[in-house]
Amino acid sequence: MSPLGPLLLATLLFCVGVYGIIARRNAVLVLMSVELMLNAVNINLVAFQNLVWPEDGFVSGQLFALFIIAVAAAEVGVGLAIIFNMFRNRASVNVDDVDLMRW
Amino acid sequence: MTGYDVVFLLVGLVTAGAAILAVTSKNLVHAALHLAVSLAGIAGVFLVLHADFLALVQLIVYVGAVTVLFLFGLMLTRAPIGREALDSQNRGLGLAVAGGLFLTMSALIIHAYGGAPAVTPTRIATEDIGLVIFSRWVLPFEALSMLLLAALIGAILLARREAGESGETIDQARIELSDAPSTERDRAGTAPAGLGAGDDATTGGESR
Repeated sequence: MSPLGPLLLATLLFCVGVYGIIARRNAVLVLMSVELMLNAVNINLVAFQNLVWPEDGFVSGQLFALFIIAVAAAEVGVGLAIIFNMFRNRASVNVDDVDLMRW
Repeated sequence: MTGYDVVFLLVGLVTAGAAILAVTSKNLVHAALHLAVSLAGIAGVFLVLHADFLALVQLIVYVGAVTVLFLFGLMLTRAPIGREALDSQNRGLGLAVAGGLFLTMSALIIHAYGGAPAVTPTRIATEDIGLVIFSRWVLPFEALSMLLLAALIGAILLARREAGESGETIDQARIELSDAPSTERDRAGTAPAGLGAGDDATTGGESR
């Protein structure tokens, strides 16, 4: 199979994530869109590893995807903790309400 | 068009459709479940690309853990349901940015990889991944474990309710705790003779 298909799917998922980050107001949904974007990058890495450059002895693509999965899991934990704090302090998870540090 | 392409097309359509539904769904829980379907579809894409280990990790970490975490987050922050409440006013901006980005990037990708030869995905054995992760990539691996530990402690610290932050209940508990020893002492002071004798016996035992 050609690497074109996975790359285009990853592009679509990335752009769907960008749309979700811009258009959603709920902070949890914004975090979900960030997860979509990270997964799109994972598809790219695995496609390049297994289709374009499989003779890489260090298996860099798949290992980077593994690292990204672990970092994304940590990011969800800390992000949800921050959102819980926000909800406790302001009784709202609307990202438009949290504009204290906006210039 | 080989079998790989057919399976990839089916799985990719499911993934893309579920992802689009996840960012446009009106219902919060439905959005989280659509995200779960999309992440499972990405695991299927990994399977088609012959990255078996990564597909299993994706299923366990994302579909198993992260989705449940998101559902808990949605339940604990009970948000209103409805498109007007979920989407901000800049949906048009989002559509423009995402659409423009998609057109630009897909044009670049088609320009770069449009003529790429169709190859069979290479299967990389899980044994090789395990060998290389503990030889070549051991430093990033250990740094990642430190990061996970820091994220664990940080998440607990951030999400914990601090003492005194929520007023009355904490103070009530503190009063009750400080009351308990004094009542014990009062009861010992007005205790009948038998209990006092027992106390004397124990103190005598300690001095002996």
